[in-house]
Amino acid sequence: MGEFKVHRVRFFDYMPSAIRSMAFNSHTERLAVARADGAVEIFNFADNYFQEKQVIAGRDGRSIEALCWVGCRLFSAGLDGEITEYDLENLRPRYSIEAYGGPIWTISGNSEGTLLAQAGCEDGTVKMFEVLEDRIQFQRNLSRQKRIISLSWHPSGAQIAAGMMDMIRIFDSETHATHRLLVDRGVGASKSREVVVWSVACLNDHTIISGDSAGKVQIWDGLTGTLIRTHLVTKWDVLVLAVSQWQDESSVIAGTSEGTIVQFQFISSTVGQQDKLWVRTRTFKNHSHDVRALVHTDSAVISGMDTQLVVRPLLDKVEKNTQESALRKIAFPHRNLVSCAKKAGLLLFQFPDHLELWRLGESDRNTPGESLPVKRKPEKLIQLKTKLQGEDHICCSALSPCGSWLSYATVAAVRLYRLQISSNNISIQKVSKLPRELKSVHQLCFSSDSCRLFASSSFSSVVVVALDQTDCKYLHTLKHKSSRQPIHILSPSEDGQWLATANTDCEIHVFNLRKMKLHCSVPAYSSCPTAVSIHPTTGNLVSVHADQQIFEFSLKQKEYSEWSRQLQRQGLHPLWLQRDTPVTSIAFNPNNPAHIMLHDVFMFCIIDQSLPLPEAKTKFYNQMILRSLPEPQRLRESHAFKTCKNFQHLLSVNLLEDLSLVVVERPLVDIVAQLPAPVRQKKFAT
Amino acid sequence: MVEQAEIRVVHQGGSNITFREPAISSDSRFLLCASGHNVKVFSTVTEECVQELRGHTDLVTGVLIRPSNHLQAYSCSADGTVRLWDFTDGILIKVKTFPPSSEGSIRLIKPSDSLQLLAVHLPQTAGQLVETSDLSAVLSDVSPNPATVAFGRALMIFYDKLSIFCCCASRFSLKENSCSGRSNTFTCVACHPTDDCVATGHEDGKIRLWRNFDQKREYTYRTLHWHHGAVRALRFTPEGSNLLSGGVESVLVQWQYQQESQQDFLPRLGAAITHIAVSPDGALFCTSHSDNKITVIQSCVKVSSIIQGLVKGEAVQTDLMVDPRSKALVLNGKPGHLQFYSLHRDRLLFNLDVVQQEFIHQEGLDQFQVVMATLDGAGAWLATVEERKQETAEAELNLKLWAFDEPSQSFVLNTTVSTPHEARITAVTFDPAARGQTSLLVSCGQDGLFKAWGLTVPSPDGGPSWSCDFVSAYHGLAPQRCCFSADGSLLAVGFQEVVTVWSPASWELLLTLSQPPGNIRDLCFSRLSCSKFLLGTTSCNQLCCWNLLTCSLEWSTSMEVSLLLADPLSDNMAAFCHQDGNTDLFVFKPSEPRPLFSQKAVCSGRVSRAVFAPREVALESCEESSRWLNRSQLYFLTPLMVNKWAKYRPISSKLTLWERGPTLTEKKTSAGETPSDMEEEEEEDSDEEMETRATRSEEAPLETDSAGPVLSRAQVRELRRVRKLDHSWFSSLLDS
Repeated sequence: MGEFKVHRVRFFDYMPSAIRSMAFNSHTERLAVARADGAVEIFNFADNYFQEKQVIAGRDGRSIEALCWVGCRLFSAGLDGEITEYDLENLRPRYSIEAYGGPIWTISGNSEGTLLAQAGCEDGTVKMFEVLEDRIQFQRNLSRQKRIISLSWHPSGAQIAAGMMDMIRIFDSETHATHRLLVDRGVGASKSREVVVWSVACLNDHTIISGDSAGKVQIWDGLTGTLIRTHLVTKWDVLVLAVSQWQDESSVIAGTSEGTIVQFQFISSTVGQQDKLWVRTRTFKNHSHDVRALVHTDSAVISGMDTQLVVRPLLDKVEKNTQESALRKIAFPHRNLVSCAKKAGLLLFQFPDHLELWRLGESDRNTPGESLPVKRKPEKLIQLKTKLQGEDHICCSALSPCGSWLSYATVAAVRLYRLQISSNNISIQKVSKLPRELKSVHQLCFSSDSCRLFASSSFSSVVVVALDQTDCKYLHTLKHKSSRQPIHILSPSEDGQWLATANTDCEIHVFNLRKMKLHCSVPAYSSCPTAVSIHPTTGNLVSVHADQQIFEFSLKQKEYSEWSRQLQRQGLHPLWLQRDTPVTSIAFNPNNPAHIMLHDVFMFCIIDQSLPLPEAKTKFYNQMILRSLPEPQRLRESHAFKTCKNFQHLLSVNLLEDLSLVVVERPLVDIVAQLPAPVRQKKFAT
Repeated sequence: MVEQAEIRVVHQGGSNITFREPAISSDSRFLLCASGHNVKVFSTVTEECVQELRGHTDLVTGVLIRPSNHLQAYSCSADGTVRLWDFTDGILIKVKTFPPSSEGSIRLIKPSDSLQLLAVHLPQTAGQLVETSDLSAVLSDVSPNPATVAFGRALMIFYDKLSIFCCCASRFSLKENSCSGRSNTFTCVACHPTDDCVATGHEDGKIRLWRNFDQKREYTYRTLHWHHGAVRALRFTPEGSNLLSGGVESVLVQWQYQQESQQDFLPRLGAAITHIAVSPDGALFCTSHSDNKITVIQSCVKVSSIIQGLVKGEAVQTDLMVDPRSKALVLNGKPGHLQFYSLHRDRLLFNLDVVQQEFIHQEGLDQFQVVMATLDGAGAWLATVEERKQETAEAELNLKLWAFDEPSQSFVLNTTVSTPHEARITAVTFDPAARGQTSLLVSCGQDGLFKAWGLTVPSPDGGPSWSCDFVSAYHGLAPQRCCFSADGSLLAVGFQEVVTVWSPASWELLLTLSQPPGNIRDLCFSRLSCSKFLLGTTSCNQLCCWNLLTCSLEWSTSMEVSLLLADPLSDNMAAFCHQDGNTDLFVFKPSEPRPLFSQKAVCSGRVSRAVFAPREVALESCEESSRWLNRSQLYFLTPLMVNKWAKYRPISSKLTLWERGPTLTEKKTSAGETPSDMEEEEEEDSDEEMETRATRSEEAPLETDSAGPVLSRAQVRELRRVRKLDHSWFSSLLDS
């Protein structure tokens, strides 16, 4: 598979932010995730849990407490007292409305999607908003209570259950009548402390389930207001409850601050009889920290303080591990946070509020098969802090291949800097006059000769800007009419002739940069492309999709190449299809045009197009076996997929101009080590 | 009716009463448990055995109260019969025979050897003996362990290694998970009496509560985890309000059904729990323990009584001894204890805590074990050796000497010697003739030394204590055995191939005897009139007899003697020989060429522990072959895990079938027939009537075996030709 000098980079201190809240839209199968830094991400569960709408970048001081889908519209509310609706096509907040009720703890929509209920903290009211075509409008207040922590609509929309301090209150949304259910405090020392009803769920049969800070999950009859059953689940808090959305509400999961998930099921005690009761069934522990957000589909989606999103199949009846039944952990974003200047050997790391520019280390020795001594240590050249209004976070950044241009964008603005780096002198100069067309950018990319900047902008357009020594000039806006979804991949070709774009409608368009118009569109495939790249010599476009399929499309013939067709005929190896992280970048080896280099979080792979494709029966990861075989047999046994698992938790793999590889790793243990200490629990025999 | 000459093995006691789950009568007054070939009925209040139901001819494999009549009980056995008893009066009501190798009864369905689960309909007939062909195989391919089957409301659950099956309908399985070396395989199962809920115990200490198993793939379960070792027993209370579980921790855990986070514990039950039974009214729980004990517990808070059988640890490591004062059998029992077991009443008298350390109930720990114990002739001193083996470090050894304390009537620790030898101790013996303060103890160790220990003069601050008097070695060889002559004037020590004879008075080496090849395995001085003879066995299957007066080999014969034993009250010797997987018994006088008694196939397996127990009243029997039993009885411990007592006793017509289980046996002549023995006699007669033809066919060869060496005239003539001292006829006799 070739030998490379590898720069193993571990100095990128990427720290994902804790997940605060989640909302699942069962019609579109989209999961919206809000992080503690205010960022919102959207995952498409229908398409291999791909993080398709990547970022609505956060902002300092904005914290989202609750997310809510109303139809296909996404609303959030936070402790700043505002309700925000998001523009999912241009990846930015559409508007914010001050609710005039102090910090907002929870937000919930009724099942028809016409009303939005929102609970205030300081004044303790439930405020009802009407959802209009283009905005929401305040409708009325429900009567004033203590601080309201949680809300749940009855599916008919006639009642709202609200959890607050020491009690649950049930409002009739028509008559405004209320009745209340008093929640017991904890026993012992916690008797004097108020109990917080962190979560409440109102079921179709007027059963109300509550989870509180005393560690109880309680089941109430909402009509008579009687307590049916108390399950003591944990010594600490029950933070969140989720009701199954897929089958007649017969299962509820509760997340606790120990990091455990407890499932309750509505089961008849004897087979064939009607009297059912809520029984505690299974306990899962996939998190070390608080479980703050839960979604219950046919599998549980769990997330919490330890920043990971876990998709856990709830019924392990499945005898064999299949791709559908496997536990998935999503720890890293499905996009690149690292840009690499191939010619200059520089790395640009993107953090929420700053950028870091590093020069790679050097070694003078060149002995294969061992770790080389570092002659010059890698050094941080620049740390660039954002000083933009509103403290918006960086949503994308780019470094030109020659290392002389640096650009980043927030929701509001784009910044372009000119860098001059000599051996001991670094200067950075902001380009002050940028064309007006560069705004609302969510992807940035430089051409390979560093004289053009491409920026994907609103309504699926790409702005092309020409750069020369001193200034920059707007050239053209490339646009395709078919879609309004945002472009998440920009990939210019090496020779500067083509630009491939991919958007979240799964479309890939190729533009001719000389003529500044659309060259062709790749036939649409049902799964979203996760990486697209154009081969420097053959001019073929290689795309990898969220369902792990690989396509090669010839731009000259405007059809799939012969190799791609053969791959589709034969099918990919099952082990390749079972991987659960998407391929996030494609590169080519200039020395060997038959080599395609791909990577995901857990592996780095070179596809040799000259070798036969692996059969389903053959051993997929065969590098070690091949090494032990004699030469002629090795040729017979080898297949096209050469996988390297030496490097784990990969954020980026780049091939520099001197044919050395830059591998950016971020070990999960380093992330875990930076998390706050979890709730201390006594472990048996310790 | 009683034929004088016949001697036979009788199972005397010590059966495993925790082999299967006990049954509690509906009024909670009686406890029925399988005990070897019999069913014993204990009173739950007084702990006494009130009734023994005899009749099965093989191991009893299950006991159950008849649901329709609370005064009757079913029992099933490996002999292929199910018997119905009136257990209060001990009357056999009905016998049902089955095709060979199957067992079962109504609602008590036991897996058979062919691993089929059979449902049996019991026909209502007047006759006592019922042949049943009305069998329906419910399931096949089940494990022979009855803990794998449970009955619920209208369903039946059984499991194999990683899946459980619900009455042929559905099957759920777990993914194999063996993280940290513990697997999640099933160990036991219980069904809720009213709800459709199945509890299973697992090897890793978890309990799973399964529900919703009617729909094909919608089952769900909850995991409870308290036990750190494997869960061995699970039981729901009759109302289903509680779930009881037990395991190696010796703690009975009570989980509240539907509120499983609330548990009650009953700790310190003494040994690992193997079965749990609950009385029908839920007031009494019974836990069977691995040390052959049944604990009766009242409402999960109070241990009300303990029924203790012969304690068997993992192995009997000490020799069997008879305490001269209490006439009790002494051997190691509970971990770190010596037990005193009454041979006549078949019950445990008391335990002597030797190790005096807390026993930790956890698997895989190396803890102190009593490996050796010996009593002096008067029963005034007891010496024990305890040992802790450790994989990495050297073995820890303690020699403890205990004095009998008259006021408290028990042994009191006198001296503790830590590390008496550098390596394992191979033999400890008291001087049998020594009286009172002049006692002498000899110990041999694998470090090549033998040491003599004696009582020192009482010091002003305390009583007399023991200290080492003499240390000696012989050419660096490791001593294996030591033996005192009956009068204490000679000490024989076997150093590998060499027997050395010492004078304990002067500690002089008097003579050495050697019969290579083969190391000395057993050494024994003969008694009384034959006290000039020293007998030894070697690892090359030689039995040698040396004459100490001529210092020469008197005779030797080739046979594999696993145990050599001298009767302290007569000049007889007993040798247990292991041949072809069976053990043969020879009783002989060293001075006479002909054995007094011989019996082939006393039991299967190798007998390694036996003892002569003196009779309280000597018998007057003139029959030559049974005269050796006049003054003492021979007990032996059969080698298989299920322990039983047996005794030799004469019987009129036939021999009972030999046990597969191990037996402690007693030989006894006819004249000592007690009234209770007579009762037994009658029972066995009735047995005989019910015996099927199959068992009869087995009788014939046994009868000929038991007849002893009846020599034909030609053989006698041949024998005369043989030189008098040639004892090789032993082996030829065996071959014939």
